[in-house]
Amino acid sequence: MFRQASRLLARTTTLTRSRAFSSEVPATPTADSTFIDSWKKVIPNMEPPSTPTSFMVTRPQTPTSIPSKLTVNFVLPYASELSNKEVDMVIIPATTGQMGVLPGHVPTIAELKPGVLSVHEGNETKKYFLSSGFAFIHANSVADIIVVEAVQVDHIDPSLVQKGLAEFTQKLSSATTDLEKAEAQIGVDVHSALNSALTG
Amino acid sequence: MASNAAVPFWRAAGMTYITYSNICANLVRNCLKEPHKTEAINREKVHFSISKWEGGKPQRPSLFDLIHLKHELGWRIAL
Repeated sequence: MFRQASRLLARTTTLTRSRAFSSEVPATPTADSTFIDSWKKVIPNMEPPSTPTSFMVTRPQTPTSIPSKLTVNFVLPYASELSNKEVDMVIIPATTGQMGVLPGHVPTIAELKPGVLSVHEGNETKKYFLSSGFAFIHANSVADIIVVEAVQVDHIDPSLVQKGLAEFTQKLSSATTDLEKAEAQIGVDVHSALNSALTG
Repeated sequence: MASNAAVPFWRAAGMTYITYSNICANLVRNCLKEPHKTEAINREKVHFSISKWEGGKPQRPSLFDLIHLKHELGWRIAL
């Protein structure tokens, strides 16, 4: 029994070492080949039924050279703002600061803070104010930006922002419990971000 | 790996990310210009009814229960 152990151990280590540690994912298959093969063996005369895999859009493969455009999917719970849009750059308001994303960006998952998302395409820039969300940047230069609420900067009312900022600053100074302080702090953060979006 | 890494202030206060995210979204919606503001608020309206169960049957909520519920949920959900 123990004579086999060293052979088995050696086999498992070579198996794990052969797969390189990488963040690349293979392209998704268009059809389930094993299912189709086994179907044809049993029922050669009928067409195999479609499986969910055949209806799904294939994930774009990670290209070997850096692509020229970034593909952006910007989605909201109620609408798909940008779907597979090819752009030059997006600047996302991550919690760690404004992050510029170019094609070939390292795969990243970024939590977003309330701030402005700017989408740069050629000479035009589109700006949206985001409430909060996440941004997933994949190795194949696809950026998925998922937020709860996104508004165009010119839809924001400056007087309401000032009023809110004053109200929450006052709430923050008069807050007693941790939860109240947190809520007031969130209010101050969001309204200051709205303010800088309007002015900046 | 730090197990007690610096948590965001809202999580330290006992709030979950979903609560934080929804508060942020509500604040942003309240700062919009008309008519976008009414559009946004109508879009996010949620209708629900809550009832306490006793003996396998839902009890009709009394007025006191509704007032208590509104106080607990606060301004985040329109009841």
